[in-house]
Amino acid sequence: MADTARDAPPEQTDFHELEDGEELFPEPATTQESQPASLAAEDISTNSNGPKQDSLFDDDPEDLFAEATEEVSLDSPERDVLLSDGPSPAITPITPPTSVITPRIGHTHDDMFTHSSFDEIEEEEGGDSFDIHISVSDPEKVGDGMNAYMAYKVTTKTSISLFKRNEFAVKRRFSDFLGLHSKLASKYLHIGYIVPPAPEKSIVGMTKVKVGKEDQSSNEFVEKRRSALERYLMRTVKHPILLKDPDVLQFLESSELPRAVSTQALSSAGLLRMVNKAADAVNKMTIKMNESDAWFEEKQQHFENLDVQLRKLHTSVESLVCHRKELSVNTAQFAKSAAMLGNSEDHTALSRALSQLAEVEEKIDQLHQDQANADFYLFSELLGDYVRLLTAVKGVFDHRMKTWQKWQDSQMLLQKKREAEAKLQFTNKPDKLQQAKDEIKEEIEELEGKVQQGERDFEQISKTIRKEVSRFEKERVKDFKTIIIKYLESLVQTQQQLIKYWEAFLPEAKAIS
Amino acid sequence: MTSIDENSKEKLRSVSVDLNHDASLLIDIPDALCERDKVKFTVHTKTTLSSFQKPDFSVPRQHEDFIWLHDTLVETEDYAGLIIPPAPPKPDFDSPRDKMHKLGEGEATMTKEEYTKMKQELEAEYLAVFKKTVQVHEIFLQRLSSHPVLSKDRNFQIFLEYDQDLSVRRKNAKEMFGGFFKNMVKSADEVLISGVKEVDDFFEQEKTFLLDYYSKIKDSTAKAEKMTRAHKNIADDYIHISATLNSLAADDMTANKNLNIILSLQKVEGRVASDQDLKLTELLRYYMRDIQAAKDLLYRRARALADYENSNKALDKARLKSKDIPQAEEHQRQCLQKFDKLSESGKKELTSFKGRRVVAFRKNFIEMAELEIKHAKNSVALLQGCIELLKSN
Repeated sequence: MADTARDAPPEQTDFHELEDGEELFPEPATTQESQPASLAAEDISTNSNGPKQDSLFDDDPEDLFAEATEEVSLDSPERDVLLSDGPSPAITPITPPTSVITPRIGHTHDDMFTHSSFDEIEEEEGGDSFDIHISVSDPEKVGDGMNAYMAYKVTTKTSISLFKRNEFAVKRRFSDFLGLHSKLASKYLHIGYIVPPAPEKSIVGMTKVKVGKEDQSSNEFVEKRRSALERYLMRTVKHPILLKDPDVLQFLESSELPRAVSTQALSSAGLLRMVNKAADAVNKMTIKMNESDAWFEEKQQHFENLDVQLRKLHTSVESLVCHRKELSVNTAQFAKSAAMLGNSEDHTALSRALSQLAEVEEKIDQLHQDQANADFYLFSELLGDYVRLLTAVKGVFDHRMKTWQKWQDSQMLLQKKREAEAKLQFTNKPDKLQQAKDEIKEEIEELEGKVQQGERDFEQISKTIRKEVSRFEKERVKDFKTIIIKYLESLVQTQQQLIKYWEAFLPEAKAIS
Repeated sequence: MTSIDENSKEKLRSVSVDLNHDASLLIDIPDALCERDKVKFTVHTKTTLSSFQKPDFSVPRQHEDFIWLHDTLVETEDYAGLIIPPAPPKPDFDSPRDKMHKLGEGEATMTKEEYTKMKQELEAEYLAVFKKTVQVHEIFLQRLSSHPVLSKDRNFQIFLEYDQDLSVRRKNAKEMFGGFFKNMVKSADEVLISGVKEVDDFFEQEKTFLLDYYSKIKDSTAKAEKMTRAHKNIADDYIHISATLNSLAADDMTANKNLNIILSLQKVEGRVASDQDLKLTELLRYYMRDIQAAKDLLYRRARALADYENSNKALDKARLKSKDIPQAEEHQRQCLQKFDKLSESGKKELTSFKGRRVVAFRKNFIEMAELEIKHAKNSVALLQGCIELLKSN
């Protein structure tokens, strides 16, 4: 299905220009990237137009759509298939690409990724369910020694017709995930999409696993990683554009995946990445952009603040997890000690009460352990994820700056060439003159094209970022709210259990005589 | 001047059973003053006994005065057969003081509210330590006043009445060293004496029990302390978390004001920690010391037994040598008398000690369980309220 979309009828290439202005998540206009362009074709095929489209796209009121309407009515079957995914008839045909992928509260799964639509306008639309659920499970050690790795089962359950089947599973290893992220980042980051970052590498953690230590800390490490990979995939597919990316589809669907070697830390690609990162950091400091749009400045400041606060919160929550684990251990130790004391006590009723106390404390220590896990997996990991996400957000703003710089550079070059052309007028070498004039004219034309492209790119990325930021913020609010509710509910459970335990102990204490 | 009011004292008086029964001699510490390292207790006595000059009077006392009184009682031969109430431990403000210091150093990294809240917490902790030390000193005096024999002790009376500074009567440096040395010798004695053959079943049982129980309760006290500390750490974490959430809320919708729940949770967690401290840790700590005092009684008795056996041997030797027989006989008779007296009073003391212990444990366990339930119910209500609010938004 995805394949046929790419072979979209040529007439639809007209839509390229229309869509770029209008589409909520516009495909990159430049033809340099081959893959996204193919996706654009797919999008267009599903984009029928109707009266609602104007209201959806806040920027462009042009009447271009009148034309588009007709084209699409001759539509490819893809559109209908995609449409059929949305149960709600209220959704007009316009929105399929977005509505199909529009996150809606998923009733089927109560994990942290309940979604809401990512745009105010879309919230008015009916309840189309974003129906995709990915789970990462069954970590399995493959191989031995230093070449060993963990293979995870990635199961996708979905009714989105982008996929060939409704339920399927594949085996993936950690470097596959990193490879996926690296591909997505190279395709989308520089045009302004916030690509969710992949979980972090951990040489220490993995070495322990490789060496075969089947102890609690390596089990915890694997669980932590498994959970992180799951969240990573869910975040990625929540993004309407990323979901449709062929690399994502391939990752989820195909049983064999070429090994992503360039993700290794010590590979040449890895070194290159490090060098690039350093270069970027230096560049960032030197670019002085004339910010014409206060929105961007405001948002950047906002994200800086948010970053600081989230990091601080993350540290505090990590400390909470640590102390709660300590409390669990101490409680267990006290329970043992109280049991021994009870054994030693010669007054029978008191001895029994002490043993009961020991039992209560033992149960409570388990409670604390569970609560510490909830603290960690719900609260702490969420914060960690968002700290990393914010880095991606900041990166996107930086790319905008670079795009602006590129545009300015082209403009300056054009200026220089124009000056050179003017100078040529006054030289006295007639024979070389014509040739030089022609050359310069060519260069100028090229540069004018570049400048125009640069400006378009800049506008494009600015627009994309606006939409992305709005989506991101909405996601963030929803995410946090959901997680916090879950976390508070876990606290409630712990407290209720505590009540049960102590209420059971009370009569024992009263029975001492 | 930090003072304790009657109300909070009622709540505090939990570790031992209520001791102020006998109206003829009522002692309490109505207030205390904390100056740097030194705590000055005001010891207030109300009495109907004619042995005292006034019916109602107060004197200022320092911790060292209490220690002096305790040591004097321990060294009084006549009381060898009694369990001398354990001396109150030195007031220890090190922990909150260190934390206050660390807080001051870290002030720059915190927001103003966070700093204020942490400071409040530390002040509360300081106050709690203060209250505990007052309580423990008060209980010491009350145990003495409710003991039929010890309440009549002359030094005890001086302690209560003498309105000048007691320091002149307190141990000087040399004596203190002597005391330390005596303790050393006593521990060596302990090793020898536990080996002494015990004739009386009751005491044999008691010895085995107390030795074992002491080590167990010491361990439990230490573990309970660690639990309490971990609880306090969690409460502190909640302060930091709530402070950051508040700053997030300032320019953000996610961490809305409803998350002041975290601050309330902190309060509850803090209260759980301090209640557990009072009911469990303090209980265990007190009885650990009490058991040590009971062990001391056993050792004194064992020493008397050893003395008696030695006197027997000496008498035999004297009879063999036909020299100093009457002295040896007298000595032996005295040793036997002392030993019998110790055994008799020791038995009484140990039996009542067990009763006291059981009652105290019962009371504290019940109170602890009730408080835990109360706090947990509180938390549940707070949390559920907050969840409702969040869900409805």
